[in-house]
Amino acid sequence: MIETFDNAWIIAKRELRGYFATPLALVFLTVFVALTGALTFYVGNFFERGQADLFPFFAYHPWLYLLLVPAVAMRLWAEERKTGTIELLMTLPITPLEAILGKFLAAWAFIGLALVLTFPIWITVNVLGDPDNGVILTSYIGSFLMAGAFLAIGSFVSTLTKNQVIAFIIASLICFLFTMSGLEMVQSALRAWTPAFFASAISSMSFLSHFEQITRGVLDLPTLIFFFSMIVFWLFATVIAIDQKKAQ
Amino acid sequence: MTDLIEAVGLEKQFGEIKAVDGISLKVEKGEVLGFLGPNGAGKSTTMKMITGFLEPDAGRAAICGVDVFENPKKAKALFGYVPEGAPSYAEMTPRTFLSFIAEIRGYRGVELTSRINRAVERAGLGGVFDQVIDTLSKGYKRRVGLAQAILHDPPVLIMDEPTDGLDPNQKHHVRELISDMSADKAIIISTHILEEVEAVCSRAIVINRGCIVADGTADDLMQRMHYHGAVSLKVIAERGDAAIQVLSSASSVAKVETLGKPNGHFLLRAIPKQKEMAAAEVAALLRAQNIPVDELYVERGRLDDVFRQITMPEDGGSND
Repeated sequence: MIETFDNAWIIAKRELRGYFATPLALVFLTVFVALTGALTFYVGNFFERGQADLFPFFAYHPWLYLLLVPAVAMRLWAEERKTGTIELLMTLPITPLEAILGKFLAAWAFIGLALVLTFPIWITVNVLGDPDNGVILTSYIGSFLMAGAFLAIGSFVSTLTKNQVIAFIIASLICFLFTMSGLEMVQSALRAWTPAFFASAISSMSFLSHFEQITRGVLDLPTLIFFFSMIVFWLFATVIAIDQKKAQ
Repeated sequence: MTDLIEAVGLEKQFGEIKAVDGISLKVEKGEVLGFLGPNGAGKSTTMKMITGFLEPDAGRAAICGVDVFENPKKAKALFGYVPEGAPSYAEMTPRTFLSFIAEIRGYRGVELTSRINRAVERAGLGGVFDQVIDTLSKGYKRRVGLAQAILHDPPVLIMDEPTDGLDPNQKHHVRELISDMSADKAIIISTHILEEVEAVCSRAIVINRGCIVADGTADDLMQRMHYHGAVSLKVIAERGDAAIQVLSSASSVAKVETLGKPNGHFLLRAIPKQKEMAAAEVAALLRAQNIPVDELYVERGRLDDVFRQITMPEDGGSND
């Protein structure tokens, strides 16, 4: 167990160093921080609302993640397969799980860093008013968990193709389905032609419903279990897919 | 335990194509085994199964007695592998890349540094240690792949076309490196450069359509040539017909072929009834008839021809 985390850590370190070897990582971080800011202040009417909370900030996270998380995830395995380094990696004395975990954790930490870099917004709201920092903290945690779930989906999709663009599009699409499934317009369409239990099952898989609950300050066990089991499920799918696809 | 590499009945099917169809082999300590075969014969697939990258449909492989599929982590610590094209992480430098490999292989601190230094020295990477791999020449990239494989001084080395695309000097360097290391290791290299087999391999296996079709030393393989032991000679055109007559009537000669008639000369080849025929005998016969010979040599059989003969049987193994 300790060895697993040791090896995953070595791989995560290599990955993170790889992110920052090109300016791409800085571009990504800048875009993320700039977009969250713009959406909060201009689209989310942060000032006009006159409320000391970060609801307009977090409300846009699922939609931002739809594009930005697949962009981080697309290269995880597609690139390894395209350049052939997967053959090198998988013949080193490590297990596939260690490699998958290491890569996933590196990407997750990178998104975590992007989240941390949005701290000026938190400072702003604390200067302007007296927000409930507990809710803000749970929202940050929830956002990070949701990003992890998106990322695990992206990790899986990235194993299916050598083409990063295809990996990006398919991952975005699947993430979109998981986000949308809780929206009223999707739900009413579903209820029209499927049994009620099916519609509610689909709804319970929605990232949006779970995340909205967290942004209201409720970080309960079922929500935690939901996001963690999403991550575990999709990483497990990645292990199987890697085993099937690595040599093709 | 002298068989450091062992494969038994490896099979692999890709869709309709049987890429590897029952390959078994053993490599002892001190041996350098050459994998020969045309492109798509199953060389790389076999190597991928021996290194545990690809799971075979049937059969098993073991490194130093450790089964690659039952105990992959332990087996993978015992070999170094240079995959086809020697892939490495392009955005890293040899220093950071080799540190990563060394860490994964369990080295830390002083040991890590000394391991890297030794691998860098052996692979001749000193001058480019801190250059981004992406900017290195093909030869240096190949050496990075090599350094990575020998970093932990493994008892088994498996290299998929280690000299492919290198210039003659670089090829020479890599071959020297392989020869230097061969004494206390078991090494497999795949290649389609036949001279390489003669230069570094103590034994060669020819693979065609997923099967082993020949196994032996470079000399053994050349014995299989149709023309092994034949005597080729060049005489002036005026005496060409006379020479053919003399040789055809000799008791030890099975057949005389005319290979060509360039620039007022006849190129002839006398094929012996037995495998060996003394060049001296041919020379004596011709001298007795006062036929001057410009050139005369015994065909050893070129490995190229053997290769073609073995891998393209429908071609009849015809020589040029």
